[in-house]
Amino acid sequence: MAIKTLFVDPSRCIGCRACEAACRECDSHKGESMVMVDFVDRGMSVATQPTVCMHCADPVAPCAQVCPVLAIQITPEGVVQQAEPSRCIGCRNCVMACPFGVPKFDVEARLMKKCNLCYDRTAQGLQPWCAQACPTQALWYGDYEEFVNQRQGRPVNVTGFGMQSVRTRVYQVVGVETPALDIAGLLREAREQAGKPERRREEAWVL
Amino acid sequence: MSVNRGTFVERRDVNEDFQQAGHSRAEWAEADRVPERLVPTHCSFCGVQCGMHLRVADGQVIGVEPRDYPHNRGSLCPKGVVAYQQVGHPERLRYPMIRRGGKGGQLERATWDEALDYVVGRWKQIQEYHGKDAVAVYSGSSMTNEKCYLTGKFARVGLGTRHIDYNGRLCMSSAAAAYAKAFGIDRSPLPMTDIPLADCVFVAGSNVAECFPIMMQWIWQARDRGASLIVADPRETPIARTADLWLPVRPGTDVALLNAMLRQVIEDGLVDEAYLAARTTGWEDVRAAVQEYTPEVSERITGVPAERIVAAARLYGRAPTSLIMHARGIEHSTHGINNCLACINLALARGQVGKPGGGTMMITGQGNGQGGREVGQKANQLPGYRHIDVLEERQYVAAVWGIPEPEIPQEGAAATEMVNLMATGEIKSCLILCSNLMVSLPDNAVVARALDTLDPLVVIDFFLSETAERADVVLPGSVWCEDEGTTTNLEGRVVKINAAAQPPGEARPDWQILSDLASRLGRGQFFPYQSTREIWDELRVASHGGISDYFGITWEKIEAQGGVFWPCPTEDHPGTPRLFTERFGHPDGRARMTAIRYEPPAEEPGDDFPFRLTTGRVVYHYLSGTQTRRLGFLNAQAPEPWVEIHPMMAERLGIRDHEMVRVRTPRGSMELKAVVVPTIRPDTLFIPFHYGHAGAVNQLTNPAVDPTCKIPEYKVCAATVERLDVAPGSHGATGTGDAAGPRQNYTPESDPKMFPYAVGETKTPASREGKRH
Repeated sequence: MAIKTLFVDPSRCIGCRACEAACRECDSHKGESMVMVDFVDRGMSVATQPTVCMHCADPVAPCAQVCPVLAIQITPEGVVQQAEPSRCIGCRNCVMACPFGVPKFDVEARLMKKCNLCYDRTAQGLQPWCAQACPTQALWYGDYEEFVNQRQGRPVNVTGFGMQSVRTRVYQVVGVETPALDIAGLLREAREQAGKPERRREEAWVL
Repeated sequence: MSVNRGTFVERRDVNEDFQQAGHSRAEWAEADRVPERLVPTHCSFCGVQCGMHLRVADGQVIGVEPRDYPHNRGSLCPKGVVAYQQVGHPERLRYPMIRRGGKGGQLERATWDEALDYVVGRWKQIQEYHGKDAVAVYSGSSMTNEKCYLTGKFARVGLGTRHIDYNGRLCMSSAAAAYAKAFGIDRSPLPMTDIPLADCVFVAGSNVAECFPIMMQWIWQARDRGASLIVADPRETPIARTADLWLPVRPGTDVALLNAMLRQVIEDGLVDEAYLAARTTGWEDVRAAVQEYTPEVSERITGVPAERIVAAARLYGRAPTSLIMHARGIEHSTHGINNCLACINLALARGQVGKPGGGTMMITGQGNGQGGREVGQKANQLPGYRHIDVLEERQYVAAVWGIPEPEIPQEGAAATEMVNLMATGEIKSCLILCSNLMVSLPDNAVVARALDTLDPLVVIDFFLSETAERADVVLPGSVWCEDEGTTTNLEGRVVKINAAAQPPGEARPDWQILSDLASRLGRGQFFPYQSTREIWDELRVASHGGISDYFGITWEKIEAQGGVFWPCPTEDHPGTPRLFTERFGHPDGRARMTAIRYEPPAEEPGDDFPFRLTTGRVVYHYLSGTQTRRLGFLNAQAPEPWVEIHPMMAERLGIRDHEMVRVRTPRGSMELKAVVVPTIRPDTLFIPFHYGHAGAVNQLTNPAVDPTCKIPEYKVCAATVERLDVAPGSHGATGTGDAAGPRQNYTPESDPKMFPYAVGETKTPASREGKRH
């Protein structure tokens, strides 16, 4: 059975935070975003990347496993829910345990908060707000086959942490290894025709 | 490109927009409010005009829902998501205000009758003593076609003044003039949904990712099909980051780059001679003109390595279908028209224009930037793209308006020229709506002086903008979803805006304010409207037979078809998504090619001012920021301007990341935070333009304009940056100590002629004739 899930493609992220703005529109946590967009290293690049809950499948939900009061529930579909307010004791075990740094602790509310894949929307066949809004489809919602039929890039759902690897419901998309287009070759050809020497490192501009 | 929130605040996860918007943090009960209905409409912001649903309960807009519309397919950028928070915002203007004590006094609450009577009384006095043209109207195009049309009619019929122009002058007027000249029709020739058909997308001077985020999904669809992407921009913007080839062009030198690419296309034998022979004129001149732009010559002028230019030309030229997308980066220039024509030449030489997915595409910036310029609020145009200096076209519009033809005034001053006329006292009073001149016009110290000479300055707005703060009379208007009407998006698609709420307090829809002013001026018989639909129906007739023919576009058809592309001359006509598939808009059906030569920008760096300063948008803000700076989520991401500077130069000047620095140009200086990033050319500085007062980059920009279309050169002027503990100008940044000022390429002799012109006079000065069109 095709499982619908999120695909995160950082190469397409433009850092616009539409996902954050959209996440805040959710009725269950209006005004608060469960998605985070970060510049990877603004001092080097404009690259940005959204972080959503990866909904760990194997081992299943470390955050839920360490919860002493079973406040974090997992739906039959494998979606890891945010802490149940009536149970959460505010111990923050989940915040420490998450390998991706996703759960956030709201001090004022004494409650862990995180993405639950817009359970209210997806249950009705809608897309999660973040993927729905995302202008570039860096966040994309659908099943694996649909994705590989439509898009370039290789979706992976296993992340290694030292000796341990985690398989997640949500996919990260990594770039294709050999780009079809040989830009370096085009530049080399142009340089050779102009009779210019080979450069070891090329600056993008001339001053 | 934007920066992390950490640049402005330490804590990232702040949720302040509801507090700022006057709501306390949402309580469970309130957050669970179920919408009674969804109102289908479109976004209030940029030219993409994404479809959206507004959630409405108890007559209040409480949220937003996605709407699957053909061009945005449910996506929204962050501006679109929070746009609804403008409705019911605590800073909305709720009642009219008058500065009773004269210029030094405060704005005080007034009744509508008092405010309107005062304005009309003054206008009558002024027009009696100084002539009709002493009162001007300065409009905008971030409002519906109905309002834009009515504004033009109000100026010409209600006030009888020739001086009516709008902020599209600052935005698209060069591209509009170039398309009209080359193709005979000023509209993007293809819809966004055609972008995935291209094999190569060349983006010239547009930060599509931040300014038109929704277009990115169409570019990515083309990329998924294997299309290549070339981006020319002095900064490595988010779209440039993912491009196959980035051409970091020196600001203001685009023609040299485009001509060199065309020369290489010719050299490689990639020109479509059959297409050129069948569909264009002027090719031989163009071919001869580009010969001097060898890759090496172009490298010296543009600062792009020659091999990159050659590679770009091959990537572009070898693609079976190629699309050039261009926007403000090349248009905000004293040779903006030439820049666009150089793009058009390249596309025509490859035989691309008129092909699905190929050709050129201008990306209009303002919400209704396309519609705003064709429904008759431009100094030289009447509805339907009719020309104000052509007798038959004047007669047609006069008949629709029910006035004798001679009563329609002649062409007036362009927006950028109006400022001069205000300063010299020729314009005594101005009605400004949908525009924030104090942020948007270049060299705003001059603008401030000009506005302060006006008595009265009348502003219609829904927030107290930096311009409204200077007004003598402020009239509260409506935001987009408090009124019904249509807009025309950047594809030429007419879409329908539906009302979801009532204006707050005593605020009124803008069209009612204009109609009321007209009737107090004794011209009420020409403004008998009961609804915006009546205005639309009149506009349809007024545009009938013109270039932008809206006659066949009914509101019902827009809803049924998912937007209608003009021209649409009859009610059974489906509209025209693609233009120029068979013939161009000129009488002979051929496109005009124009030989373009490189000319330097009006001001170039010298020893005192060694950098080129360029300005642009960030994704969280829209135009002058009057709206977006008041929306908590957006403003929190970018609450103040900053200057981007390359680490190489920062090191040389001893500037650290996030340090406050001073940026100076010959016109002024401002202090702001330095963001040291390698994603900008080392000889270039960048400052976003959305901010007011001390944060307005237009304190620094050059007011030089394109001679024909009068678009200002926002994208390049000479500047310097220094640490705050250094006295202004005390160190030569280049270390030569030789105090040579910036090079001014506009001299009094070559300065473009400004308003007024004699009848039939060309606006291009004689010395430039032949070099230009």
